[in-house]
Amino acid sequence: MIKRRFWAVILILASFIIGYFVYSTESGTSAWKFKLGLDLNGGTELAYKPDLTNSSSTPAEVQSSMSVLRDVIERRVNLFGVSEPVVRVERIGYTGSADEQQLIVDLPGVTDIDKAVAMIGATPTLDFRLLATSSEKLSDLDLQAKIKKDGIDSVFEYTGLTGKLLQKSQLQFDQTTGAGMVALQFNSDGSKLFAQITKNNVDRRLAIFLDGAIQSMPVIKEEIDGGQAVISGNFSGSAGIKEAKALVDSLNLGALPVPIQLISTQTVGASLGQNAVDASTKAGVIAFIVIAIFLILVYRLPGLLAVVALMTYTAINMALFKLIPVTLTAAGIAAFILSIGMAVDANILIFERMKEELKRGRELGDAVQEGFHRAWTSIRDSNISSMITAVILFMFSSTSVVKGFALVFFIGVAVSMFTAITASRTLLLAIKHDHAGKVLKFLFGGKFKSSNLESKI
Amino acid sequence: MFIVKFRKIFYGISALLFIISIGAMCVWGLNFGIDFKGGTSVGFQYANERPTIEVVKAEIDSLTFSPSISGSYTLVPTGDKGYNLSLRTITEEERVALVAAISANTANPVTVNNFNSIGPVLGQEAAQKSLISIILVILCIVLFLTFAFRKVSQPVSSWKYGIISIVALMHDVIIPTGVFVILGHYFAGFEIGTLFVTAILVILGFSIHDTIVVFDRVRENLKNNRSEKHPRPFDGVVGMSISQTFIRSINTSLTTMLAIFVVYLIGPAATKDFSLTLIIGIFCGTYSSIFIGSNLLVTVQKFQDRKKK
Repeated sequence: MIKRRFWAVILILASFIIGYFVYSTESGTSAWKFKLGLDLNGGTELAYKPDLTNSSSTPAEVQSSMSVLRDVIERRVNLFGVSEPVVRVERIGYTGSADEQQLIVDLPGVTDIDKAVAMIGATPTLDFRLLATSSEKLSDLDLQAKIKKDGIDSVFEYTGLTGKLLQKSQLQFDQTTGAGMVALQFNSDGSKLFAQITKNNVDRRLAIFLDGAIQSMPVIKEEIDGGQAVISGNFSGSAGIKEAKALVDSLNLGALPVPIQLISTQTVGASLGQNAVDASTKAGVIAFIVIAIFLILVYRLPGLLAVVALMTYTAINMALFKLIPVTLTAAGIAAFILSIGMAVDANILIFERMKEELKRGRELGDAVQEGFHRAWTSIRDSNISSMITAVILFMFSSTSVVKGFALVFFIGVAVSMFTAITASRTLLLAIKHDHAGKVLKFLFGGKFKSSNLESKI
Repeated sequence: MFIVKFRKIFYGISALLFIISIGAMCVWGLNFGIDFKGGTSVGFQYANERPTIEVVKAEIDSLTFSPSISGSYTLVPTGDKGYNLSLRTITEEERVALVAAISANTANPVTVNNFNSIGPVLGQEAAQKSLISIILVILCIVLFLTFAFRKVSQPVSSWKYGIISIVALMHDVIIPTGVFVILGHYFAGFEIGTLFVTAILVILGFSIHDTIVVFDRVRENLKNNRSEKHPRPFDGVVGMSISQTFIRSINTSLTTMLAIFVVYLIGPAATKDFSLTLIIGIFCGTYSSIFIGSNLLVTVQKFQDRKKK
């Protein structure tokens, strides 16, 4: 008995500590503050789809293209001082095709879409292609005509040398004309590839494409070993030099390894967000109180213990949200409140069983044990099916809102199983129930009107 | 016990609701929101006096977009100072022009409260995924049930428990959707989006929760029944199981409904439709578990008996 009471006290103490942790990390600038989604915080979310038609399609290489893209965009966004921007790559499907990657940019607090889109901006795409030998004799005009008619791929060969392999770009000046030049330095992989291309294709033209437009098309004279190249010829005069500088800056901020296309935008104003937070919090608190009143009215003493167990449940859940962390949205909070209602279920299953055992004439201690034992299969099976739903929801969600909801729901169901078995059990067993008198039996629901109702159904 | 005795009445009620829902869906169609159709939804608010809907419509009609949006958008007032505008997906430049137009070139300042733009391909993908997830959830649950009840093959084999639960689950998907369609016809704003699908999936999970509790009881009572001196007939066992679990089912659904009801009443506007769907769904789910699912067990068993004779 002492041991049981001891564990019960430990449990209640632990809940308080967790609860305090949750409460105290909400104010100030704690790193453990709740992460609020866009619809609660206000902000903008942009979703981009990468155009992977020219990159390698093995999943590993797609993955690496996407991470480079992610880093590049993040650098851009950070430059503008947005607090806690999130740039992430999301898979939106599970068939393994490259088509399913999306780049999601979350800019909390940024409610001006113009600004947001400008931040991502038109980052230049850099591409080196070889002029096909069949088209070499064409004049510039004929070349343009052919590109228009048959497309770029009919005239140029893809080499694999793209902005992905660029290490640095620098502004240089032509010694004689003073015009601007854009010097490129490739990284080690890029240098190797560049050396190979130039070695195998002497006397062919290598076209430098910037954003799909030909910048220049020099003839390869010899193998170039150090991974350095220069774009020149279009940047004369002060305007030209400005343009060259802008290009150098863009390239340094990251030439995108793949072109991207904006596919969806979402903004929520900050005040709308704040209203949602307030409303959700109020709803949560009141829902808890209503459920607590219900439990105590219907189940009396075990009901009260269930309320304590529920408080533990709430504290553990909120702590998990902070620690994982889970981004809370309005739907996510609704999921949490829903799971509180469902967490009650495991307790109710146990109590109903207990009442049944009491009715059959068992002693209180045995009734409690039997209640837990018999109810367990129901609890396990029904919660597993809820978890299956949550997992499928999570895997097939196309928006982060639904993903967040599924995660909260899953955590809620899992934790509810845990607290029902540990918290409720510990608390119930801690009540002295040897030689239980009539009063205690009543408090445990021994003689409740429902017994009459059951026989009539 | 009367739930089992009068099962035909309960089947009838469900069938009626089923037919009404499907009828509503066929006649009025599913009102898909931009989540699935693609498009743009803009919620904006005026700092000063809100101009009348005709004025704003005229401002929007004066925009020269191509393809034109004139006549193919919906404008709905919200609150005292705002409007909600839904139209096809618009580009960045069009958005800027739109904001300029509705604020009469900043003569009447406007704050854009929320702006959602979803490309049509993304919308289609979302619709496909939602459908797949609903089917997958139903499939997984049926498989799980068949597995969980594999030892209960008499008198109704375990896979039939799974199939029966499908019927109950269909009930839980179709009827809330039907109610939603009917509401959407009479009141603006009830759109079927990803949040609605999420609600349906939650309802499925929850309804199975209930169904399993009853079936679990049946399983246990059947086990005990075999060792009884005077074993009860199957419908007696089912009836007893229902009455034993009745209180528990009602209580659980009640607590969950109370919680969601609070969210509906005082929760944020974004989740109002969502919570309403959940309330309807939990109600349907509980009803289907108690009055339909278990009764179907009896019907199946009686049908099997008749075939044997």
